[in-house]
Amino acid sequence: MENSKVLSLSRIANRIRRNIIESVYNAKCGHPGGSLSIADIMTYLYFEEMNIDPKNPDFSGRDRFVLSKGHTAPALYAALAERGFFPTEDLKTLRKTASYLQGHPDMKGVPGVDMSTGSLGQGISAACGMALSSKLDGSPFRVYTVLGDGESEEGQVWEAAMFAAHYKLDNLVAILDLNGLQIDGPITEVMNPTPHDEKFLAFGWNVITIDAHDFNEIEAAFDAARKIEGKPTVIIARSIKGKGVSYMENACEWHGQAPKEDLYKVAISDLDAIGETLK
Amino acid sequence: MADKKATREGFGAALAELGEKYDFLVLDADLAAATKTGVFKKKYPERFFDCGIAEGNMISVAAGIAATGKKVFAASFAMFAAGRSFEQIRNSIGYPHLNVNIVGTHASITVGEDGATHQCSEDLALMRTIPGMTVICPADVTEAYAAVEAVLNHCGPCYLRFGRYPVPNLTPELLPDYKFEIGKGVTYREGSDVSIVANGYMVHLALEAADILAAEGISAEVINIHTIKPLDIDLIEASARKTGAVVTAEEHSIIGGLGAAVCEGLCERYPVPTLRVGVEDKFGRSGQVPELLEIYGLTAGNIAAKARRAIAMKSAK
Repeated sequence: MENSKVLSLSRIANRIRRNIIESVYNAKCGHPGGSLSIADIMTYLYFEEMNIDPKNPDFSGRDRFVLSKGHTAPALYAALAERGFFPTEDLKTLRKTASYLQGHPDMKGVPGVDMSTGSLGQGISAACGMALSSKLDGSPFRVYTVLGDGESEEGQVWEAAMFAAHYKLDNLVAILDLNGLQIDGPITEVMNPTPHDEKFLAFGWNVITIDAHDFNEIEAAFDAARKIEGKPTVIIARSIKGKGVSYMENACEWHGQAPKEDLYKVAISDLDAIGETLK
Repeated sequence: MADKKATREGFGAALAELGEKYDFLVLDADLAAATKTGVFKKKYPERFFDCGIAEGNMISVAAGIAATGKKVFAASFAMFAAGRSFEQIRNSIGYPHLNVNIVGTHASITVGEDGATHQCSEDLALMRTIPGMTVICPADVTEAYAAVEAVLNHCGPCYLRFGRYPVPNLTPELLPDYKFEIGKGVTYREGSDVSIVANGYMVHLALEAADILAAEGISAEVINIHTIKPLDIDLIEASARKTGAVVTAEEHSIIGGLGAAVCEGLCERYPVPTLRVGVEDKFGRSGQVPELLEIYGLTAGNIAAKARRAIAMKSAK
């Protein structure tokens, strides 16, 4: 990837991170940590990888995206707004009574949301259903789903993993956000779901491991996934929970709470400082 | 007596025959031979997908298929379709109001020898609580077939319940011009002393009970409420106003199913003595079906007995 493209994607990701913080701060609750960890992946999906049209969000041949870890809706909403599906200004209404931006993604209310999610383990199954439907139609559309590493403790994830390999869903790409933390602590301490690579390999998937914050690696992974025939791909994306906000990085307590005013200001200044380096 | 067939047979036949007229997919969870989706699988193997013994995944896969605009059936035993997968149905199908037809076969006591773990007497209650869900429990094989075609023309999530055990195919004899309509109850027999409101396996027993009562000079109205949600409360209320006493009969827990729905509706509109025949807050057990029906009180005799009591309660009011 050319440096100018890396720079341009990094700027977008930085704006998405800023909007994650803004929306969660305004909501006074929500899930910033796991939203920040997937910001680069979401940027690449919505600005490079997926065939989508913000002016025609429901066209039948579009690529589908399912946020299986639905609690990180702030990242999805920020990416959709940045891509032009709805006004960025609306992000400030997140989780408010009159808003269409529900705490977890609602496909009926939000332009560009392809599946309602929030209950962990179900999104990847729904993504399998979409990928199967695409194959039956001989349609070119591909299906992408982002999973949490804590989410991989749900048995249904592995039911879906079996299904996707059994029906050779090579138009399906799951991205596992391996940030290592869940609500109660490190994933290896709460209920160790590792090693993910060996598990997915054993289930018959194509497995690619990358740095979730390196656009060159992200691009190479998605390009490789397109070339694979006969099996689904999982991109195990090693990430930093809370990436970009100093006090949130690798800090478990920022899984599911909003910063108060003082820490909100720190978060914005951290992200603006990163933004300065991208000019 | 009409010939006997299980309602699941009507489901299988409808899938296979309507497969030509309608475009839909069918999912099952390793029970195709039992649920009768196997009949469809044989005819349209390319439109049938076995999900293995993983019901939660099957339900969410169905949601994904429906989200791309296709009609889909997802079938298993009622215990696993509605019971095990309740939360997947609620969140992945009910909340986004997707066009998935969830099918639960082998419901409740008439499962017989398999016993309590497989005798789901709670499925209709569970499904009824989900906003926007249509819940249907056909009485015989003819109605089962008609219900399948009706949901194919319906938009939104549906739960269909079919039985394992053969039941008299009464519809062709009693209602030759019958047209199944979602949400519209059917009056099988008019009466003036008591209303028997039944569905599923209990409809033919309700008619038998009406015969028993007629021999005693009691005139019973028999109504088949095949759709528990949306409930045809207008029809039930009109009947209750006429007879002043109601008995409900269902092969399901008396908690949360037809009996509960009728009580809720009548309490708000026109309260009359209402007694419920059903599984009385108990688990099932292994045994031959006729024995189990006796043990759990799912009999014409019990319906008639409750009818007499409900009538007596009118004067005690």
